[in-house]
Amino acid sequence: MNLLGYVFKRILQTIPLLFLVSIISFFLIRVAPVDPLAELRLNPSITQETLDYEIQRLGLDKPVIVQYGLWLKSFVKGDLGYCTTGEKVSDKLLERIPNTLLLTSLVILFTWMVGIPLGIVAALHWRKPIDRILTVLSSIGMAIPSFFFALLLLIFAVKTGWFPTGGLTSFNHSEMSTFHKILDILHHLVLPVLVLFTISLSGLQRQMRGNLLDVLQSDYVKFARAKGLSENKVVYKHALRNAINPMVTLLGFEFASLLSGAALTEYVFQYPGLGRLILEAVMKSDINLVMASLMIGTVMLVIGNLLADILLKIADPRVEVS
Amino acid sequence: MAKLPEYNDFVKDNIFKTVLKDKFAKYAVFILLILYLAVLFASFICPYQKEYSNRNKAYCPPSKIYIINEKGRLSLPYTYNYIRFFDKENFDTKYIEDRSQKHFVKYFAKGYKYKLFGIIPCDRHFYNVDEGGEIYLLGTDINGRDNFSRLLFGGRISLTIGFLALFVSFPLGMLYGGISGYFGGKIDFIMMRIAEAIMSIPSFYLLIILASILPANMTSVQRFTLIVVILALIGWAGFSRVVRGMVLSIKKKEFVIASEAMGASALRTIVKHILPQTLSYVIVAMTLSVPSYILSESGLSFLGLGIQQPDASWGNMLKEAQEFINIVSRPWLLTPGFLIFVAVLAFNLIGDTIRDAVDPNSRER
Repeated sequence: MNLLGYVFKRILQTIPLLFLVSIISFFLIRVAPVDPLAELRLNPSITQETLDYEIQRLGLDKPVIVQYGLWLKSFVKGDLGYCTTGEKVSDKLLERIPNTLLLTSLVILFTWMVGIPLGIVAALHWRKPIDRILTVLSSIGMAIPSFFFALLLLIFAVKTGWFPTGGLTSFNHSEMSTFHKILDILHHLVLPVLVLFTISLSGLQRQMRGNLLDVLQSDYVKFARAKGLSENKVVYKHALRNAINPMVTLLGFEFASLLSGAALTEYVFQYPGLGRLILEAVMKSDINLVMASLMIGTVMLVIGNLLADILLKIADPRVEVS
Repeated sequence: MAKLPEYNDFVKDNIFKTVLKDKFAKYAVFILLILYLAVLFASFICPYQKEYSNRNKAYCPPSKIYIINEKGRLSLPYTYNYIRFFDKENFDTKYIEDRSQKHFVKYFAKGYKYKLFGIIPCDRHFYNVDEGGEIYLLGTDINGRDNFSRLLFGGRISLTIGFLALFVSFPLGMLYGGISGYFGGKIDFIMMRIAEAIMSIPSFYLLIILASILPANMTSVQRFTLIVVILALIGWAGFSRVVRGMVLSIKKKEFVIASEAMGASALRTIVKHILPQTLSYVIVAMTLSVPSYILSESGLSFLGLGIQQPDASWGNMLKEAQEFINIVSRPWLLTPGFLIFVAVLAFNLIGDTIRDAVDPNSRER
């Protein structure tokens, strides 16, 4: 019950936040001296009805405040308008969001599976060669620009031919059996996941190492040692549990930085995700699409943070809503 | 009243010593020094201007420098020009060396006129070749521009933009956090909700949207300035939250009460007495965030939303490497990526060392 109350409170907190974000981004985009329907007008396949509908929906003949109100109303209803290509924005988003979620969740899964153990290893072998090596490697991982690493992997893919050079599916994807379809997608995912994995791994490993080192110096660990517990018990039963808690909060941050980092990686690998969608939208000044994907990106980020907080509450029931 | 508390003085004195003592950080400082000197003296070092373009030599491979001549004897360094020809069988443009004419490398030779540091008129260059010769140490790009020269000129932008953004974003974040924490109450509540809202927007999305708003018909100086401002707008929110937290505890200290009692204005109390207390955190946060600014700028320019042609930056130079044919058969186009990597790595190492020096907890690690 306590947990439910906590979740409820946290959800209530996010509503004004999203509201504020929508105001900021709406006025930001409206600052741009661009006719939001310019591209639509130029597209011969767009009928006058669609145009009129958009002018109506966006209230382009009315003052900005009213426009914002109209936009908000239709956003809440789920009507996001049309792209410059004439497709519905909501359809496009629904097509892209699962891809980005797939990419980011795979990356988070792998980074946690590898980063946490490596952090523990480094902390336990503090200032020994293995710790030094891991520190150097993580410095390198943190310094390499994601798009540059992606380019290097592309060279590798082109030269060896072992991996596809872009996209999420092969050209003959629709003819494959279900099993081969999954294999095909996984094959396409290897390189983008590898790029994002390398980049977020370093930070996670360092954080884990730092946390565990902090905890290992605390009084209760000293006490546990003094009590005569075996080193394994001290580390894995007492220290680790407390060192993991701050990592859970980091999960939300990690998700945020992945959403941002993924945009460049998606762009290089031509991956059909949200990041590339917003990039393309920005370059074509497709205002409806930019606005919608910005909001969806924010919502995803907020939900990510929310989930991390809830996980933390489960892991550490002492946490309260601030 | 002392302007800075003793702890901050201790920190300031110690930062340089610690950095120079650390094994890795020492090399990092050295590398950065070389990079910054190279871009500072770019017009002296480079044989070509950044606008120089040889339309007949697009994607020319790096010039080979020979110090052993065809008779197997040691010789002064020389190079050959490349000739472009069209391979009709493979439908491919190829370059071969023109072995008929040697071009000796000349040092401190005369070349195009420039102004060193923008004031001293000069026409000497660190290296150049004889009349009629061409020397492209790292090949040329699609417009036949010397890659090496552009790397150095581009470095001027890539290596300074982060710092400039830092000096916009950090004062902004400090002041914002300071005001929010000092006044508290409703002001604090509203200011912090706004900061949180900005933090909730995925930063790269915000970055590209802000960059895309910029009108296309700007001079390069205007564009550079606005990119700095945009980069600065991304980082301040998270930072201001931390400062605000620190201010909340600092404002209860005696010297703040004393300052108020003496009738100092709120702004004076914040700027003169409270914010200097956060300095050690600020220094660490600043050094640690230089790399992220460099990476953001290069990412933005890589996408074509940042620094525009004909200006060079490491990010927009890498733009050409987006094509498969370029990355496979013209690997010299990837050099800007390595430089970004080296610069970011060096800044990270220095930042880590400074953090260890300032943060007493992490020093034991």
